[in-house]
Amino acid sequence: MIDPEQTLEPLFPNSPPLDSRSADLRRLVLRAMEGGGRGHPGPALSLIEILRVLYDDILLYKANKPDWKKRDRCILSKGHGCLALYALLADKGFFPVEALDEFCHFNAILGGHPERGKIPGVEASTGALGHGLSIGVGQALAAKLQKQAFRSVVVMGDGEINEGSVWEAALTAAKHRLDNLIAIIDYNKLQSYGTTRQVLNMEPMTDKWAAFGFTVHQVDGHDVEALRTTLKTPPVPGKPTAIICHTIKGKGLPPAENNPAWHHQSRMAPEQFSELYQALEVK
Amino acid sequence: MRKTCLNSIFELAKKDDRVLFLGSDLGSKTGDDFLKAFPERFFMEGIAEQNLIGMAAGLAMEGYIPYVNTIASFLTRRCLEQITVDLCLHDLPVRLIGNGGGLVYAPLGPTHLAPDDFALMRALPNMTILAPSDAVQMRAIMKQTLEWPHPIYIRLAKGGDPVVFPKKTKVEIGKAFSLREGRHAMIITTGAMAHRALEAAETMGKKGLDCAVLHLHTVKPLDEAALLEAASSFPLLVTIEEHSRIGGFGSAVAELLADRGPYPGPRLLRLALPDTFANHYGSQDEQLEVAGLQPRSIAKAVIKSLFGA
Repeated sequence: MIDPEQTLEPLFPNSPPLDSRSADLRRLVLRAMEGGGRGHPGPALSLIEILRVLYDDILLYKANKPDWKKRDRCILSKGHGCLALYALLADKGFFPVEALDEFCHFNAILGGHPERGKIPGVEASTGALGHGLSIGVGQALAAKLQKQAFRSVVVMGDGEINEGSVWEAALTAAKHRLDNLIAIIDYNKLQSYGTTRQVLNMEPMTDKWAAFGFTVHQVDGHDVEALRTTLKTPPVPGKPTAIICHTIKGKGLPPAENNPAWHHQSRMAPEQFSELYQALEVK
Repeated sequence: MRKTCLNSIFELAKKDDRVLFLGSDLGSKTGDDFLKAFPERFFMEGIAEQNLIGMAAGLAMEGYIPYVNTIASFLTRRCLEQITVDLCLHDLPVRLIGNGGGLVYAPLGPTHLAPDDFALMRALPNMTILAPSDAVQMRAIMKQTLEWPHPIYIRLAKGGDPVVFPKKTKVEIGKAFSLREGRHAMIITTGAMAHRALEAAETMGKKGLDCAVLHLHTVKPLDEAALLEAASSFPLLVTIEEHSRIGGFGSAVAELLADRGPYPGPRLLRLALPDTFANHYGSQDEQLEVAGLQPRSIAKAVIKSLFGA
């Protein structure tokens, strides 16, 4: 019997400090939030290192040719974490970094949730939760049918996987032996209302994914080296992979860290931003 | 009609290797010929319809044309968000084939009826809705689905519906088809109501009342030109559908006439299912009778509307 009030002992209590690249990417998140005057900072900041390692070291893509056939497909299924994705895509040159300043503006390409067709590099329009894994299954299956080598990576939130459709997709991924599919769970242990344990406990997390037929890894989602090693681990033939990334919601910005109130912020004052930028100065 | 539809998918699959068949947990041996010929393009994915739609979206993004088949009520209601976001927002060429549109599953009760499928699908941008009248029209229109660049919902009728559509007639998505000429009123039908409308028109014809019958196998996009022309030519238009009177075919025609119809315009009578859950089992025919959608009631309603008796 799990006591929902009991806090989970952190599995990786000693994350290495954020380096300058991680701080730079967070500055891009803040830049977009300043531009739009709003955003989902908490869910984006837990994702930065995951997406950084994916786009720096793992995924095959051409930023100047986003529909390149052989690219790996990466879907940010937790679309509300899009500020992190926008930071990475801007950093990689999928679109000019100035687009961040127009986040959520009337004619912007970057909205509060990512849209395929509007934003170069975005594979699927997400925001309604629990859709990405099914689409990723379809893409991974297509790769198998077409004998293509591309992989499908789907990044989900820990609250998102409350959705039953995620588990329908998980069953299907195992059925079709999609070893070219990687499900990444940003396990920051907070959803909108409160802790995942209080709202809808998904533990035992690793056992669940294993029982659904996945090879499961756990990793500190802010440890760049550890993420690299884990994401480079070859799949077990015939099995999809799930990577549970233990993260901190709002990571890197002290007022936002582990604070459900920072799931979404709007009408932020300019002074608040200068404090946040200061917090990112590498000590 | 269902058999014709599935056979048509098989024929399309022979011609074009982008064609895939996806089902949920359909009846034993469904699509067996497809499975035997193209096992790698045939998927039976279980009672997990939401995932089925998302998966079809992913496959379509990679260049496939998935034909997805399951019971209409589950397809349209349970998967509404997946259809909206994964298929329509991405504007992908996935074909949804709903078994048992309207009241086909009468004995199985309200969980299995689909009197709201047009309304649900009509509200979605980029969606095309087809409701053929019979097997002949189904075969003709399925050929057109291959190259149509948008998502399509195809409503299947009960099967064994009398064929009213002349063989070897050209069918075009979005184009109305005249089943009968007339001058006193025009009955406008979709789906398997076509033969009931024709029968009503024949009965009235014997009494000297000459009704035209216009059939729209495409509920969306509506053939606006044909409907506006009809609105300028007849004093009475009567829409007939096996669907709730809210949000369906008659609603679509009423919206068009309200927005762009002639003024003063014709009277519009909408014959449809009431805004209630089915309170009976029995057969589709019995339920249509209660709803006033059988030929005799249709004729009566038209006469009453024209002459007030």
